[in-house]
Amino acid sequence: MLNESAPMKASILLLSIILFAVSAQAQTYAVKGERVYTVSGRMIPNGVVLVKDGTIERVGTAAQVRIPDGYAVTEAKVVTPGFIDARNTVGISGHLNVPADQDQLERSSPFQPELRAIDAYNARERLVEYVRELGITTIHTGHGPGALASGQTMIVKTAGGTVNEALIDSVTMVAFTLGTSVSGNYSSPGTRSKQVAMLRAEFLKAREYMAKENPVRDLKMDIMARVLRREVRALFTVQQATEIQSALRLQREFGFDLVLDGAAEAYLMLADIQAAGVPVLVHPPMMRTYGEGRNATLTLASELHKAGIPFAFQAGFEGYVPKTRIVHFEAAIALQSGLPFDAALTAITLGSARILGIDARVGSLEAGKDADLALFDGEPFEYTTRTVAVMVNGSWVSNQAR
Amino acid sequence: MTHRTPILALGLLLAAAGIAQAQETPVAVRGARIIPISGPEIENGVLVVHRGKITAVGDARTAIPRGATLIDGRGKVLMPGLVDTHSHIGGGDGGDASAAMHPDVRILDAIDPRSDTFRKARTGGITTVNVMPGSGHLMSGQTVYLKLRDADRIVDMLPDKTMDSIYGGLKMANGTNSLRGTGPFPGTRGRQTAMQRGIFIRAQEYMAKENPPRDLQMETMVEVLQGKRIVHFHTHTHFDILTVLRLVEEFKFRAVLHHVSDAAMVAEEIAAAGVQSSIIAIDAPGGKVEAINLSYSAGAALEKAGADVSYHTDDGVTDSRFFLRSAAFGVRAGMSRAKALEAVTLAGARMLDMAHRVGSLEVGKDADFILLSGDPLSVYSVVEQTWIEGSKVFDRADPKQKPFFTGGYEVFRGEGFFHSCYHD
Repeated sequence: MLNESAPMKASILLLSIILFAVSAQAQTYAVKGERVYTVSGRMIPNGVVLVKDGTIERVGTAAQVRIPDGYAVTEAKVVTPGFIDARNTVGISGHLNVPADQDQLERSSPFQPELRAIDAYNARERLVEYVRELGITTIHTGHGPGALASGQTMIVKTAGGTVNEALIDSVTMVAFTLGTSVSGNYSSPGTRSKQVAMLRAEFLKAREYMAKENPVRDLKMDIMARVLRREVRALFTVQQATEIQSALRLQREFGFDLVLDGAAEAYLMLADIQAAGVPVLVHPPMMRTYGEGRNATLTLASELHKAGIPFAFQAGFEGYVPKTRIVHFEAAIALQSGLPFDAALTAITLGSARILGIDARVGSLEAGKDADLALFDGEPFEYTTRTVAVMVNGSWVSNQAR
Repeated sequence: MTHRTPILALGLLLAAAGIAQAQETPVAVRGARIIPISGPEIENGVLVVHRGKITAVGDARTAIPRGATLIDGRGKVLMPGLVDTHSHIGGGDGGDASAAMHPDVRILDAIDPRSDTFRKARTGGITTVNVMPGSGHLMSGQTVYLKLRDADRIVDMLPDKTMDSIYGGLKMANGTNSLRGTGPFPGTRGRQTAMQRGIFIRAQEYMAKENPPRDLQMETMVEVLQGKRIVHFHTHTHFDILTVLRLVEEFKFRAVLHHVSDAAMVAEEIAAAGVQSSIIAIDAPGGKVEAINLSYSAGAALEKAGADVSYHTDDGVTDSRFFLRSAAFGVRAGMSRAKALEAVTLAGARMLDMAHRVGSLEVGKDADFILLSGDPLSVYSVVEQTWIEGSKVFDRADPKQKPFFTGGYEVFRGEGFFHSCYHD
């Protein structure tokens, strides 16, 4: 297009308008799969998913569901709900890994729960597109691990050109971290004990703030008060058993809603976690077995499943190469180490949605839910299987084999 | 106390004899699907190994020697031990910050043969590995080719258990990692390449001299110029790759390109130069500016162009336990099954000058093989046994060994060498 003529430009513009109109109007689709995994119910052989106006209209076998006239039909070997990544930093941290695209950790101070994820999210970041094309349609993203409180998290769809278009939930959790990584990022806290002491002091301050009638507005205390009122949950990134215990103690002392993140050594204290009734966003099974993850296992998800502890898979934060992990590639490794197929699939769809509190909208193929679908040319966890098409909110967002 | 000494001595003698005359009893695996790499897959095959070497490989009619230890391979898949052309296991390191080029430095001098990272790699089926120093230098030192045998001395892990023959390559790098712009390090790509050309020219002059004084750096460089020592060249972008090809053209050394993130853009040029590539399967692009185009399709592009291609782990960038994933993701992005499996075995062996010893199941080669629970490209398959020279070095059925795959409390003690090759 070195020498675009005016009529050509006009026709391109016209074409774009038509395409936009088509995507805005022709919103009835029938997606057929040799195997349709609803997750909420049984796998349907030769299933059909009808999509109308952005939501799932009907799901059933080809025999049960008549495809109405005018529904565009797409077929695939396997159809699943779009996958959910229960915790990453995609869109907050970008693929270039230069200061200009790394907003997951503010290093000026170790306690900044007031930092909002919506203020940093780049909906057009390459990594968002990358995970979307692989079938991940919802991500719980935001501030990363590495600070006592690094900031807030949010939930977005991986489609949409702006954070507003993508948004499901703007303030989902506050990201806390305990462990040696915090002391590596800040001059203080320098020890584990100091970390806990500093956090306890902040929670006490928040209690006092809440008790005041007309307190001077404090952004830190505003969000901490919401955590104490259990409107926003506390996400604690804790890998070693010592830190897991600290997080559970803090939860008992202050009564907030706790979600454990990472929890590499959770297998040492399953009973405590079970007793606390706390869900776990399990570390990526391919997590490197160095540093705080030295004692990580490939079997943690499997053990949580056996213990009946709610868990979901996550890509987590990566500081280097690869710049993000892929949540279903990680789940696949747990599958290899003994997690049953249904449990693995649930932990990247409906199970994840339940923990995140968004299961009324996403996570399964049920009438009335958002039409977020991933289509595959084979068993979805197999290394050699490709994602062939992805739908978000009833619109096709990818037809690239990935 | 005194009467125990002779028993202990006898034990040591027996142990020594065991090492000297390894694998006196033949071992035969029957009934597995055999993937020899060098030929078509064999259903219900037989592999016989004796005295550390493969003595027979074929179909069900293959003769099994009397007295052989029999292994039931029914329902399983048998293939050569995997060859990882680029790894940082073993805790070694290379040159320091005193210079940008260290051809005299040997990583061998820094490796811990007892490192648990070796045991971990064996659970992923890796039996031969090129351990490299990092890429924060233009030339960070000599690499070492190791067979992952149990050993107390690093020399006993060398292919020939001796330092008398060439047992490694030379690590070089271009692109951003060494562009530190301080002290002896270059600040631009132009300077980087000028410095690399400079040391090759010095080596040419050294080689031309009669009886020159010994110079450890130049001796290594002469081995490179003579084609005895392969240069393992870290390079990512399409233009840095072409710089390596220009150096190869100018100085006629043997090079293997490593990482080669932009391979798909210059696959034809790489193939035309006859230069081999060792690539990596990474789950997402980026993490560093040079790797923003990284994709699973590099293998397919190189295969299509007719270039030789192997995979590596760059452990800890990716994990040795999941090395077979690389081949599978190659297939996912369009590589043929045969080339993808060759890329984790025989192609890697070629790039380490070890194809006469390892990389395929052929009579006379080292008895390095793995037994898998199913197809090597499936996520549902695991490595059940790893054998090196007729000795079983990993058995998943042994509860003491399995944790080196699955991990656990205080299983892995070593710290990783992670920011090595993509970064400094």
